[in-house]
Amino acid sequence: MRRNLWIFLLGILIVTCLAGLVDWPKGPKIFGKEIKVHEGLDLQGGTHLVYELDISKYGGKDINSATQAVINVIDKRVNTLGVSEPVIQASSIGGKPTVIVELPGISDVNQAINLIGKTAQLKFQETDPTDPTKLKDTELTGEHLKRAEVQFDQTSGEPQVSLQFDEVGTKMFADITKRNLEKPVAIELDGQIISAPTVQSVIESGQAQITGKFTVEEVKNLVSELNAGALPVPINLIEQQNIGATLGNESVQRSLVAGLIGLILIAIFMIVYYKLPGVLAVFALTIYALIVLALFKLIPVTVTLAGIAGFILSVGMAVDANILIFERTKEELGSGKSIGPALEEGFKRAWSSIRDSNISSLITAAILYYGTSGLVRGFAVTLALGIIVSLFTAITVSRTFLRLMVGTRFEKFLTIK
Amino acid sequence: MDIIGRRKIWYSISAILIIPGIVALFLWGLNFGIDFKGGALLQVQYGQTKSVDEVKNGLKDLNLGNLVITTTNNNGFLIRSEQVTPDQHAKITEALNKVGENKETSFQSVGPTVSRDIEKKAIYSIIFASLAIIFYIAYAFRRLPKPASSWRFGVCAVIALIHDLAFVIGLFAILGHFLGYEIDSLFITALLTIMGFSVHDTIVVFDRVRENLRKHPSNPFENNINTSIVQTLNRSLNTSLTVLIVLASLYFLGGLTLHHFVLALLVGIAIGTYSSIFNAAALLVTWQGWSMNRLKKVNAS
Repeated sequence: MRRNLWIFLLGILIVTCLAGLVDWPKGPKIFGKEIKVHEGLDLQGGTHLVYELDISKYGGKDINSATQAVINVIDKRVNTLGVSEPVIQASSIGGKPTVIVELPGISDVNQAINLIGKTAQLKFQETDPTDPTKLKDTELTGEHLKRAEVQFDQTSGEPQVSLQFDEVGTKMFADITKRNLEKPVAIELDGQIISAPTVQSVIESGQAQITGKFTVEEVKNLVSELNAGALPVPINLIEQQNIGATLGNESVQRSLVAGLIGLILIAIFMIVYYKLPGVLAVFALTIYALIVLALFKLIPVTVTLAGIAGFILSVGMAVDANILIFERTKEELGSGKSIGPALEEGFKRAWSSIRDSNISSLITAAILYYGTSGLVRGFAVTLALGIIVSLFTAITVSRTFLRLMVGTRFEKFLTIK
Repeated sequence: MDIIGRRKIWYSISAILIIPGIVALFLWGLNFGIDFKGGALLQVQYGQTKSVDEVKNGLKDLNLGNLVITTTNNNGFLIRSEQVTPDQHAKITEALNKVGENKETSFQSVGPTVSRDIEKKAIYSIIFASLAIIFYIAYAFRRLPKPASSWRFGVCAVIALIHDLAFVIGLFAILGHFLGYEIDSLFITALLTIMGFSVHDTIVVFDRVRENLRKHPSNPFENNINTSIVQTLNRSLNTSLTVLIVLASLYFLGGLTLHHFVLALLVGIAIGTYSSIFNAAALLVTWQGWSMNRLKKVNAS
């Protein structure tokens, strides 16, 4: 029996060391990727955008694939912004499909919004044969574009966009140039004509240049948009949250310090009130904290300011299980049992309380998770994780420590008041 | 220690605690933030001291409709308006820059669909959580000796809960009116957390009640309940104490962004402890009393 306890203790020590290793500020590398804390937007600064898909003119069809297409396009556009870990997710609000875009650490939010929101419909138009004053759409659109590139004119050095069409597009383009020799062909982007060159010759190669009085910046943007592709449906920005990194940082530092102080105070209270079992409880809690933090890094859980509060709260609640066991054991001792049996009875009786009360907390955490969104959600996640781990440590860690003490010379210190 | 015997006192105290808040709620309503109302909130920090009027005048020409400008510490300003488009935002930044050099510390713009969604989810969450708790307790305490019924346990627990929520909401109605505290998503989070915690507490008391009812079925109901409360008193107080210590530390020493959130939690959990000890189980006895009276009347007629 005691040997099992020592094996248990060894297991706990190993888990603790592993957790400590993961928790170490400069995380170890697993599969080449460093394990670190995923900071939420409010900790590292950035922006949280919610776009609603305007499906009013969409041909019905498959909204899921339209949403996925929107996500893909936004993803490509966002990549050009140099954001390290963007989050682009499908969601829905009030039954309408939405896309959430989170850009941590971005410096120019307006540039991002402009880039993301462009529908980028590229169209080629020719003069209407029936009415030469009007323009008519051809079948050639941005869909047939294989690639766009930035180019500089050989002689003038002016920046221009170089287009390469795919097979179908090449053929279409050849036809268009044949039909419109010596006539202008308009290139329209999102309803605006950006260039209207006169066709000089028939082009079979599928290559074209868009020239105009463009700046290098404009050309680069155009190329990004064209390569990312057009949005299948227009999107509207319905929510925006920009958070400066400094605001988050200051709050986080102070909150972490405050949390630490609070936890130290709890430790002092536990030791003063419960003496030796209190010391054991503090050890158990430290192990608990290490495991939870390690899980944050490993899963990973995106930590927001609210999430930190949730974690700190869960530590306060984790103490509860220990207190339940101690109080129960005290009672059993009071009824005349010796320390060993009193402890076992204490566990048994306390367990139903611990289980039921924590499950109800978990139920509210789950409801919290589904009832909130964005940054606030982090609280539910950390709280739930904290509760689950605390159940585990209460049964294993605390119990093993206490059991080990029984039958040793420390036993007499276990008598609680 | 006779807690149940004095339950009328505790009920009165609860009433005294809740009534001012409810009155405030009716008089002034809640101060909803942009999460629920929609709109835009811009926070900027100026390098030098500027007056609210200077900022207001700077934005006058932009036709932004209802603008509310308040100050924060360190030459900071909070500008509230209706929802703005990114273009308008850019124009606002330009106008603010003309007034003086500043830095935008945060910006939030919430459209009506989003705020309606948040509002709906908040209400549903609270209702759903209450129901879930009633069902869970009814299930967890399904094997109870008569005359106790597991449904009563669930309902009494939730009544104690609603009492706690009422106090916190009422408090924030008062704080909202006098100090401008706002109701946002984080506040709803606090409410749900308080629910979870208060139930946590109450279940420990009920668990003991269950045990005592089984061990001493011949004792009067009232006595069993009272003993249960007295026996779990230490534990209830200590657990709440540990959580309150942590929260108090966060409140007095922690960052300002979470201030109101922590206050709600602090107050809510304190009240939750009070209601778990003095209200939840007492309600069981009162309810028992009512049904016994009804039975007597039925038998007498």
